[in-house]
Amino acid sequence: MTSTTIFEGGADADAYRVLDANGVLLEGASAPLSSEQLLEAFRWMLLSRTLDERAVSLQRQGRIGTYSAVYGQEASVVGSALALDPSRDWIFPQYRELPALLRHGMPLSTLILYYVGNPLGARPPDGVRLAPIQISLAAQLPHAVGLALGLKMQGDDGVVMTFCGDGASSEGDFHEALNLAGVVKAPVIFVLQNNGYAISTPRSKQSAAPSFAARAAGYGLPGVVVDGNDLLAVYEVARDAVQRARAGEGATLIESQTYRLYPHNTADDQSRYVSPEELEVRRGEDPIPRVRNHLEGLGVLDAAGEAAMQRSIDEEISTAIADAEAHAPANVTQVFEHVYANPWSRVTRQRDEFVRDAEGL
Amino acid sequence: MPVLTMVEAIRQALEQEMERDERVMILGEDVGRLGGVFRATDGLQRRFGEARVLDTPLAEAVIAGASVGLAMSGMVPVPEMQFLGFTHQAFHQIADQIARYRFRSQGRFSMQITIRAPFGGGVRTPEMHSDALEAQFIQSPGLKVVMPASAYDAKGLLLEAIRDPDPVLFCEPLRGYRLVKDEVPEGDYTVPFGKAKIVREGSDVTLVAWSAAVQLCLRTAERAAEEGISCRVLDLRTLVPLDVEALAQCAEDTGRVVVVHEAPYTGGFGAEVIATIQEEAFYSLEAPVARVAAPDTPYPIAGVEEWYIPNEERVLKALRRTVGTTGA
Ligand SMILES: Cc1ncc(C[n+]2csc(CCOP(=O)(O)OP(=O)(O)O)c2C)c(N)n1
Repeated sequence: MTSTTIFEGGADADAYRVLDANGVLLEGASAPLSSEQLLEAFRWMLLSRTLDERAVSLQRQGRIGTYSAVYGQEASVVGSALALDPSRDWIFPQYRELPALLRHGMPLSTLILYYVGNPLGARPPDGVRLAPIQISLAAQLPHAVGLALGLKMQGDDGVVMTFCGDGASSEGDFHEALNLAGVVKAPVIFVLQNNGYAISTPRSKQSAAPSFAARAAGYGLPGVVVDGNDLLAVYEVARDAVQRARAGEGATLIESQTYRLYPHNTADDQSRYVSPEELEVRRGEDPIPRVRNHLEGLGVLDAAGEAAMQRSIDEEISTAIADAEAHAPANVTQVFEHVYANPWSRVTRQRDEFVRDAEGL
Repeated sequence: MPVLTMVEAIRQALEQEMERDERVMILGEDVGRLGGVFRATDGLQRRFGEARVLDTPLAEAVIAGASVGLAMSGMVPVPEMQFLGFTHQAFHQIADQIARYRFRSQGRFSMQITIRAPFGGGVRTPEMHSDALEAQFIQSPGLKVVMPASAYDAKGLLLEAIRDPDPVLFCEPLRGYRLVKDEVPEGDYTVPFGKAKIVREGSDVTLVAWSAAVQLCLRTAERAAEEGISCRVLDLRTLVPLDVEALAQCAEDTGRVVVVHEAPYTGGFGAEVIATIQEEAFYSLEAPVARVAAPDTPYPIAGVEEWYIPNEERVLKALRRTVGTTGA
């Protein structure tokens, strides 16, 4: 159940945790990440947040299309992705996991190109083990199971991590995918980010189950509930799930309990369904200060260090935006490219006609 | 008479029908508290309660499938598919269950269900939100397919749909939701199915369209008039049932026809329009019936969509060719 009866989202009292609310290691807990890894993770989180802020402003200026921010879910996304080896493992995203995509090898400028509306932005570079962003909710889950099964059949030791939301987990595809994954022992990790809402639909109306992770039992899989705003805890459960998958022990369902601090996307008005009180409480559980406090406690980050990190992030993002915007504008032939390996005659004729018309304008 | 946008007209029809008939209920994703992502159901949950305006879990197949049982129980469900593109998740429930339940039960059960679904391009939605899938549902006998182009028709056709004993797929043009505004009577009225409407008179050629393409044809007809081409515009309003007589009459009256739709070219409903015209009015035709449609490619992402959807230039070009004024 949710940690309070009044508010949606947030982590259950018994969710797995490593850090307390202030970023201090819980008694008896040990950090699963080195200081160096922690700094890397923190940088991804900060980059993600900065990107969200920049993207929302670009959207307001009409420079990019609809954008769904990660805001509030940085620990959940970064913690799980860090458990993967980008040279071996695959990611099948939904659409709210940008830092995972970046860390896995998707160039930031390509991602921005996608939001600018250029079809080329949808293509993960060759060699990057990443499926395109998925808009059709839960459709990626069966794909992930299939890929995992294919890897296993071919003796490849890669594993597959796929993300979905609490809302997406109501789709038939979710249940069919988990069921198959259980039966074939696919090396796949399902990261269900329970951020309290599917657009306006609260978690309490999405499922009557005590937790989403509880469903795993029905498919013969282990299910884990983790505090999704605890970077170390998320990393640890993801790492364990990756190890199990790689060892041939099959799939895991991770329910990462977090909170979407921003509206669903740039077209949404969350004040219609989220109370200011709830938002206030959940802002207090922001994962970024929690990691910051932890790093400061370890003595590996101070204000000056973070400012320098922030400067390099700002620069990186500005460069990527500039690169994306300097990219040749989309053109009419892109409507026709990559539909068929060998387009049939009518499509070719349509393309020629559209190109002639566009030139004539 | 009050002027309403199309989405306001839809909302008004829903509210009045829920008021009039307490069996009518709405179910879907974000329809309640939020009032729908386009506000088509705004305020209805507050007025009629959470049971009659039900926020469902996120699963189109169960929204459609549960509507079958609700209808059998005596309720009159008006499920909303957040986008027509996501009816595919429910395609089996809609096309094979809802559409043919009367047939499957040999008349024992009626499916008085109206599935509302917005669709259509030009508003920079993410992938799969804009697809014009109407032709995919035409091949589901038992199901009616309704595609209003004006606020007046949206209200009248929606009231007709909800009262129809047969299931209806009611497709609402995203681009028209707020852009299309016209006079809508406050009271109760219905617009009958299967009656196309001439929305502009003209003598040289008939433009046949439905939904958002009607507005496109009206704009293009203005421009064509400047070139001396007189266009009639026929709004089909409903694809199933199809107004075969109106199509034949227009072909006879103008001798030339151009059909315009947002869906891909091959196998689009335009093909059915053309086949019908050549069956019914072949000897009245003075030129081949032309089609203006999207190309045979998937609906693309925002940066290139304006090339993809039919525009005035492409309709004009087809008109010129059809009336033979290009001199080619
Ligand atoms: C199959 C399908 N149905 C509906 C939608 C419209 N839609 C887009 S996002 C969304 C909510 C998703 O919620 P959740 O899975 O919890 O992910 P979150 O956005 O909260 O990260 C909906 C209903 C869609 N994209 N795909």
